[in-house]
Amino acid sequence: MGADGAKTGGLRGVARRVTSSVVGRAIWRVVGPIGRWLRSIRWTSWAFVAPALLLIGFFLVYPTLMTIFRSFFGRSTSLFGAPFVGLENWKYVFTNDVMLTALRNNALWAVLFTTCTVGFGLILAVLLDRVKYERIVKSIIFIPAAISMVGASVVWKFVYAWKPAYIDQIGVLNAVVVAFGGEPVGWLIQRPWVNNICLIIVGIWIWTGFCMVILSAAYKNIPKALLEAARIDGANEWRVFRRIILPLLAPTASVVATTMVVQVLKIFDIIFVMTNGNYSTEVIANRMYKEMFNFFNYGRASAIAVVLLILIVPFMIINIRRFAAQEGGR
Amino acid sequence: MMKRDALSPSRIAAKVPLHLAILLFAAIWIIPTLGLLITSFRDPASIAGTGWWTVFPKLFSGGQYSLENYIGVLQGEGLARSFLNSLIISVPATAISTFIASFAAFGFAWMRFTGRRTLFMLLVGLMVIPLQMTFIPILPIYSKLQLAGTFPGIWLAHTAYGLPLTTYLVHNFMAGIPKDLFDSAAIDGASPFKTFARIVMPISVPALASVFIFQFLWIWNDLLVGLIYLGGKPDVAPLTVSIANLVTNRGQDWELLTAAAFVSMALPLIVFFSLQRYFVRGILAGSVKG
Amino acid sequence: MAEVTLTDITKRFGDFTAVDDISMVIEDGKFTVLVGPSGCGKTTTLRMVAGLEEITEGDIRIGERIVNNVPPKDRDIAMVFQNYALYPHMDVYNNMAFGLKLRKTPKREIQDRVNEAAELLGIQDKLKSKPRELSGGQRQRVAVGRAIVRNPKVFLFDEPLSNLDAKLRVQMRTELEELHKKLQTTTIYVTHDQVEAMTLGDQIAVMKDGVIQQYAPPQTTYDHPTNQFVAGFIGSPGMNFLPADAAKQAGQIVLSGEGFEIRLPESRSRADVPPRVIVGVRPEDLDGPLPESTNALKLTVSVKEQLGHSLLVYGNISGSQVVASLDPHRQVELDATVNLSVNLETVHVFDPESLTTLI
Repeated sequence: MGADGAKTGGLRGVARRVTSSVVGRAIWRVVGPIGRWLRSIRWTSWAFVAPALLLIGFFLVYPTLMTIFRSFFGRSTSLFGAPFVGLENWKYVFTNDVMLTALRNNALWAVLFTTCTVGFGLILAVLLDRVKYERIVKSIIFIPAAISMVGASVVWKFVYAWKPAYIDQIGVLNAVVVAFGGEPVGWLIQRPWVNNICLIIVGIWIWTGFCMVILSAAYKNIPKALLEAARIDGANEWRVFRRIILPLLAPTASVVATTMVVQVLKIFDIIFVMTNGNYSTEVIANRMYKEMFNFFNYGRASAIAVVLLILIVPFMIINIRRFAAQEGGR
Repeated sequence: MMKRDALSPSRIAAKVPLHLAILLFAAIWIIPTLGLLITSFRDPASIAGTGWWTVFPKLFSGGQYSLENYIGVLQGEGLARSFLNSLIISVPATAISTFIASFAAFGFAWMRFTGRRTLFMLLVGLMVIPLQMTFIPILPIYSKLQLAGTFPGIWLAHTAYGLPLTTYLVHNFMAGIPKDLFDSAAIDGASPFKTFARIVMPISVPALASVFIFQFLWIWNDLLVGLIYLGGKPDVAPLTVSIANLVTNRGQDWELLTAAAFVSMALPLIVFFSLQRYFVRGILAGSVKG
Repeated sequence: MAEVTLTDITKRFGDFTAVDDISMVIEDGKFTVLVGPSGCGKTTTLRMVAGLEEITEGDIRIGERIVNNVPPKDRDIAMVFQNYALYPHMDVYNNMAFGLKLRKTPKREIQDRVNEAAELLGIQDKLKSKPRELSGGQRQRVAVGRAIVRNPKVFLFDEPLSNLDAKLRVQMRTELEELHKKLQTTTIYVTHDQVEAMTLGDQIAVMKDGVIQQYAPPQTTYDHPTNQFVAGFIGSPGMNFLPADAAKQAGQIVLSGEGFEIRLPESRSRADVPPRVIVGVRPEDLDGPLPESTNALKLTVSVKEQLGHSLLVYGNISGSQVVASLDPHRQVELDATVNLSVNLETVHVFDPESLTTLI
């Protein structure tokens, strides 16, 4: 104590005496290693997920909450400083004619697009399994999924091209119609059903391949022995399909179907490029874009975006539930 | 499939409707793209006057084809620049996204921390969030940070938007790595980071390749994010945005539109044909219920 | 090289107790086997020694050091896993060198150690191969090699031979025995196979439901099992158990049951026995057929199995199956009723309630 008197004075001395006392040492011997070990694990774990979580927090979580908030405010050029307008934007969303058309169209898309992509995907998956040239046809069907929806829109805009009846047609569809003696049709103009269906066909053309690939993999996973046993038992092809193949593919088909519905509720590219929502082909995502970039009505745009969110939330919950069930053990 | 009497007349007859149905599908699927391809090599007058199918009788006589349209669209309409922009946007964004997703996927799969399960479920839920929910609050912040209309700005955006799905797919793979590999690494003395870098990442290469390609094509083909983050400025616009503009402004100039569309399709088609296996595996990862 | 001491070790997963207050000393340089049916807690115990599972209660010492909170890499142990756990993207050399590289061992030394281990195991020519190019036995050797190069204080084996076919298993077993003779490292070996336990272990710990039933050299568990579980677990085919009445008559314990009456010699009749007991006789301690039935079992033969080195004869007494292992040249007819003598020096008596060995 005396030899290093300088060090033993003051706070430092007290601290030193406490930590070097028997009690202090005993406590540290327990707390120290445990604390160090615990702390090291925690920090490292967070380091791995932090970048992703930060990006997601900033780009997805925070804006989503802000947009919901913003939907209750009116026009302004900035995020803040807009007057509170309560449910006015919401009233617009659900009563305005164009918005109602858009909602109707999205519903049409949801039903037609999903049924056809999953249906065709399923049929193709089963049929192609029986032919030798399966691979080539699969590639053909899948190619549209690889090109952009913009590219696909140009492709089909060309297919739907219209020329007056007295000159040669340049669009395939009208050429066929004329060859059968009909009048060329303005496919993208004929409202209200023809043009929407024409747009939906583009979507089906693109996404069927995606469904087909997934359903085909699931189909090939069905043990051949199961199908053969059924055939030996006397079931004809249709029965085998209905009673064995369909039920076994149902879980996968359900996953694919929800993926498709979520895609179609947000559908934007095809309508934007081909008709820009004119002629009664408007969809929700396109309206949102217009309100945001053409009319600068951020309040309304936010409300429309939230509508999209509301439509998608049920599927979000389905996904989470499915995931939780799968991951039971971990 | 049992091919017992594959060649008996009744079997062939039974198969005819099958083949017909398949060929019908295949025809409907390929004709539109075929039309586009052929048209992109024809001159404007021919395009406007006759259908593209009229080339068939004289399909291989060279005189009627030219690369005029392509030159016009690449130089005249600046699509060469747009192609470059698409590359500059897609490659770094995909790389950063895959990298960060790998870290996160490993953390979620093999490390313990409070809230791990809840956070991952949140991630799964976020996979379907409509991007429209995010634009309005972010853009003003971007302007302030001077990121609006810049490549780094869209890199961050694409990375963040892609993270939920990418992390989910990589996590699916990493979670399947046998546990005793990690036990062995722990005994050998590898820290979590060393385990990640020296063991998990090398093993994950096939899965990462699939995810990379999948993500790359997704970003390359994207329109909406490009419009929002780079919309007004033509010199940084990706192909999708430029072509969308072309359709609006030059809607009847099919010679340009078809060539432009093909320029945008070329890369994905090449990637698709040469790496089909990985692409399909990327989609299947986690999608099939066995 | 070190002694491993487990003191009052308990492991709980929520409500489930996997390991219940076990204490044992694994002696320095000895090959100790933890054996028992699935779910008995043997692997959990091993993993706690390794540091791969947290200890709920109790202490583990390696040498003098308490290692409860020491991470696996600092415990100076090496482990061989059931599924080998080889790094698929590294060749054999790098698989074995990985741990050493992480410890910044100089390259020269790594080379020496890896080559030495490879030669010891006969895999020198496979050093550049990847695990997927190797057979099951070779992969197992690489896994063992990876453990050897670390020169640890303790080897831990988690059912390493379970994935090999029968012939390979026997071969690897003898190789492991030779290895242990050479290296003399303290070894803890987990298996569910009592043959492996008997042949490999210097000491074996028979476990059930998280508790050590008996911890003794193999022969002791065979000759003097502490309870009915150990008696039935060790030895194949397993010991026969028959309910019987017990009584002391003139200094001898008489055990009588369906089809038999056994009088134990005085030297073995000292203990107190309850009126109802369980009699245990090993198949190999039955001999016959005999003309008379004193100290014998009366058995109606339902099945015969010729194994070459012995004849297994099955029958039914008091509702339970009884098996005898006889000299292969004995003549026994199916459905005949035979008398099989019971070896009075090795027959056991168990308490029917506590299942402990009385005699």
